[in-house]
Amino acid sequence: MHNKIKMQAKDVDFFYGKNQALKNVNLDVYANRVTAMIGPSGCGKSTFIRLFNRMNELVPHTALCGKIFLDDLEINNPSVDPVDIRRRVGMVFQKPNPFPKSIFENISYGLKVNGIKDKAFIGQKVEDSLKRAVIWGEVKDRLHDSALKLSGGQQQRLCIARCLAVETEVILFDEPCASLDPISTAKIEELILELKKDYTIIIVTHNMQQAARVSDYTGFFLLGELVEFGKTQDMFTAPRNKKTEDYITGRFG
Amino acid sequence: MRNTQRSQKIAFFFLFLATLLIVVPVGLIVVIIIQKGLPAINWQFLSDIPRQGMRSGGIFPAIIGTFYLVFGAIVFALPIGLLAAIYLSEYAKDNMLNRIIKLAIVNLSGVPSVVYGLFGLALFVVFFKFGASILSGSLTLGIMILPIIITTSREALESVPQSFREVSLSLGASKWQTIRQIVLPNAIPGILTGTILGLGRAAGETAPILFTVAAFYLPRLPKSIFDQAMALPYHLYVISTQVPNVDEKVRYGTALVLLVLVLFMNLVAIIIRYNFRKKKKW
Ligand SMILES: Nc1ncnc2c1ncn2[C@@H]1O[C@H](COP(=O)(O)OP(=O)(O)O)[C@@H](O)[C@H]1O
Ligand SMILES: [Mg+2]
Repeated sequence: MHNKIKMQAKDVDFFYGKNQALKNVNLDVYANRVTAMIGPSGCGKSTFIRLFNRMNELVPHTALCGKIFLDDLEINNPSVDPVDIRRRVGMVFQKPNPFPKSIFENISYGLKVNGIKDKAFIGQKVEDSLKRAVIWGEVKDRLHDSALKLSGGQQQRLCIARCLAVETEVILFDEPCASLDPISTAKIEELILELKKDYTIIIVTHNMQQAARVSDYTGFFLLGELVEFGKTQDMFTAPRNKKTEDYITGRFG
Repeated sequence: MRNTQRSQKIAFFFLFLATLLIVVPVGLIVVIIIQKGLPAINWQFLSDIPRQGMRSGGIFPAIIGTFYLVFGAIVFALPIGLLAAIYLSEYAKDNMLNRIIKLAIVNLSGVPSVVYGLFGLALFVVFFKFGASILSGSLTLGIMILPIIITTSREALESVPQSFREVSLSLGASKWQTIRQIVLPNAIPGILTGTILGLGRAAGETAPILFTVAAFYLPRLPKSIFDQAMALPYHLYVISTQVPNVDEKVRYGTALVLLVLVLFMNLVAIIIRYNFRKKKKW
């Protein structure tokens, strides 16, 4: 494993109140690779990736032990402003969630809150981001229509474009295709493979085939523990752990 | 089977009866006021000062006084109420103390208005020496409607989906940027509804203005916020109980104007809310 490590979780425990959701998780995320998190629901996958952009802070009464790194920066250090982290680590959520604004405003929002005022630049950036997320052709004639009029699959690609506009280094996908049809799912998988040239990607998925198709590395979670982590190819052909094998062959989960 | 159907019918009957019991008297009051008051309404009644010891002429100073008071109450209560609501909804931690504060504010809107009147008298008229004035009256009405504005605004803010906040923050927005650009715009219809309900309440109450601003008879318009003013609810009270031999038409005409004013504001609130519900899709 000679790849550069982009993000890293070291000895991570996480608690919702008294309920421990993550137990001593250690994991490296390699730069310009797709890392998938699989496992049955409720095993802590979302909780885990939300540590990488400090999203779990929004939930009251939580506690984190251990360290999370972005390059050499320890991001969970209280002296680090979460806003600075989120400008480098973006996120696409499970449910497509455009703002009830126009398509254009959805994309430009991230630029505006980051202090960019140049109208021409914003316009160009909106176009680039929509093109990158392969939705430009479908929306270019109605940029000022409400984003809520788009279909679910289009909305999700819009949300990806919105995230791309901020030009982060890492993108976290939390089950981005969970509510989409197979065609939209295929489009988004294609997009993720395209994006890894420029981004480091972490994706949570329920769908084993999806993990096999898009990811280079896979981590298998069970009840808050990282049971197995390795190259996707190895994991799906020769899992080292019995529980992993049972899960990926569909014997439980 | 038959039995459940019968008991269902009986239950429906009583529920319907209860509804009727509420609707009919309210409807009757409205009908009577319109019937007896409408003949009094004409341009002179709406635009002239009261004449002949308030037995004829118009009610213009009372209408204007009510507008001033309501406007003053909102200017005072809306910014403070909104800021309090933002604090309670977005910043206050979910702990015992804050839950008690929220509950206390909800309950404050049930305090009888005369209590606010006495409070206004003690604080603004006497302690701050504003005297009986539009300022004292507006502040008193403002304090009375604060709980309504805080509670409805807080509920409007809290009904904005958490996912909007998460997305905004995930795009690198600060908490304040998120509140200003995402949460507030989506809560505005709810905030407006609360504000207008507060307006309606402020326009209709007599007790809070009784000791703090209302003039028995002031046949001119107020000149400054330290002036006394007439106001519709108090004027109605005066011509109904304090001045003998006022024509019934004039009394009901005044009631009608007040009623229309308050109902109109409630109607606006309902329309705003309806449009919002129709548009909202999350
Ligand atoms: N906001 C929350 N408050 C309390 N407990 C939570 C919260 N979110 C998740 N949990 C708990 O943490 C555990 C892991 O949840 P999650 O990370 O959402 O799992 P996954 O994404 O793998 O389905 C579950 O037991 C869940 O009940
Ligand atoms: Mg999840």
